[in-house]
Amino acid sequence: MSENIIKKTYTCIICPNGCDIEAEIKDGEILSITGHTCPKGEAYVHQELTAPTRTIATSVLVLGGELPLASVRLTNPIPKDKIFPAMEEIKKLTLTAPVKEGTVVLEKVCGLDSDVIVTKNVQVK
Amino acid sequence: MENKDVVIIGGGPAGLAAALELYKKGIHDIIILERENHLGGILRQCIHDGFGLSRFGKSLSGPEYAQAFIDEIEKNHIPYLTNATVLELTNDKQIYAMTREGLKLYQAKAVVLAMGCRERSRGALGIPGERPSGVFTAGTAQAYMNLYNRMPAKEVVILGSGDIGMIMARRLTLEGAHVQAVFEIMPHPSGLPRNIIQCLEDYDIPLYLSHTVTDIHGDSRLTGVTISQVDEHLKPIPGTEKEYTCDTLILSVGLIPDNLLSTDAGVTLDPHTKGAYVDEHFQTNIPGVFAAGNVLHVHDLVDFVSLEAEALADSAASYIRDGALPPCSLPIKTGNGVGHAIPQRISGTKDFKLSLRVRSHYRDCRILLRQNGEVIATKKMKKAIPAEMIQFTVKSEAIQEHGELEVSVE
Repeated sequence: MSENIIKKTYTCIICPNGCDIEAEIKDGEILSITGHTCPKGEAYVHQELTAPTRTIATSVLVLGGELPLASVRLTNPIPKDKIFPAMEEIKKLTLTAPVKEGTVVLEKVCGLDSDVIVTKNVQVK
Repeated sequence: MENKDVVIIGGGPAGLAAALELYKKGIHDIIILERENHLGGILRQCIHDGFGLSRFGKSLSGPEYAQAFIDEIEKNHIPYLTNATVLELTNDKQIYAMTREGLKLYQAKAVVLAMGCRERSRGALGIPGERPSGVFTAGTAQAYMNLYNRMPAKEVVILGSGDIGMIMARRLTLEGAHVQAVFEIMPHPSGLPRNIIQCLEDYDIPLYLSHTVTDIHGDSRLTGVTISQVDEHLKPIPGTEKEYTCDTLILSVGLIPDNLLSTDAGVTLDPHTKGAYVDEHFQTNIPGVFAAGNVLHVHDLVDFVSLEAEALADSAASYIRDGALPPCSLPIKTGNGVGHAIPQRISGTKDFKLSLRVRSHYRDCRILLRQNGEVIATKKMKKAIPAEMIQFTVKSEAIQEHGELEVSVE
């Protein structure tokens, strides 16, 4: 076996199965991959190797609502290093009740292919 | 007094799924009693995603998962009362509830216990030390942040690697707190592997196994904790103490089914699950009293809570129609390596789903169900860990008429 082949174990985070996936990697290319139980696992390892992405969930302020906050999440995963910049963008938002689940409150956060949507209905107080 | 076919105690995921399934089965004379101001239970504060992957085929947040059920409840005009706290359940299925309209009394033909679970607290652990503020269960911190818009912490230590603790490690970090570490007394993590990656490793939060909090310092507010390594008997090892300066200690040290109402009614609990002993119909020792979801045994995934509550509702609907359910006289015991198993009694005449947890980590193992010494069902597992509930269906053809069953891992 050549010296620059790296064996690495990944825990897939795509679903709660959390498969342990073993990958042999050479110069950033996957030579072999075992342990995944679905195609999403292979895609996950590829993504982790090239540009790892995550989704985030947080809340935004609601004025005049029965609750002070509406929970929000991203519609698509974003690069890991954009998580904190995205949090900063989302923190600037303020909504006014009523707020409806599914409403897009920020399109293309940080210019990325991911929107911020409301995940909880908040009625007027 | 109001008569009802079914009274459902708790409007969280188990109660909602049970109500909808009962309705679909033609049982319409039902009511959900919910203590909080809204339906949805704990899902309302679980704003992270990852819910609904098996049920809806997509990753939803907790509130969205709950709302999918609530929308159906509203559409079908299924009656529910919020701000309704059940004070007592009697063994003849009378329910006393405090509501906005005063004290109400229901007489039910069947009762669904769907009260969920509670978190183990500092008191349950017996950690010595001072009694400052700043010691929260993970769920309490989660409610502060996600429901009430209050930031409870700046410098954080987390005890326990339960899923909610890890999720709060990430949540606190995203909101600007500094989470120093997660300490777990067991030699293995208690939460799901994916949460170790996406909640801890992603944010460079270290996880120390075989460590626990042995002292708590502070006067009005927490100023620090002492952490010690533990031996194989989980006893702190003298000389390994390390001081951590922090203003907040988050506890994620286990969940306990909330069965105060059940035990007062005479429901017998299993000391392993801390939930009711149930048969394959999810019926407790009191005929017509059923339990499912986290009040029965703590689940990892809400998708499975919903499924279990629906299975319960199918049996409860039969009970309402027929006045009784087929007897279940074959007990299921836990053997080598198995912490608990649900149901604890079966009829042997029907296929049933067995749910269990193993006690420690296994690789390339088999879960075996034996009756009278003979293997009647097997499930092969690449890995089996305490953090993940294992479920499989057992076919009735394999089950003999007499003799107790035992589930074990080899």
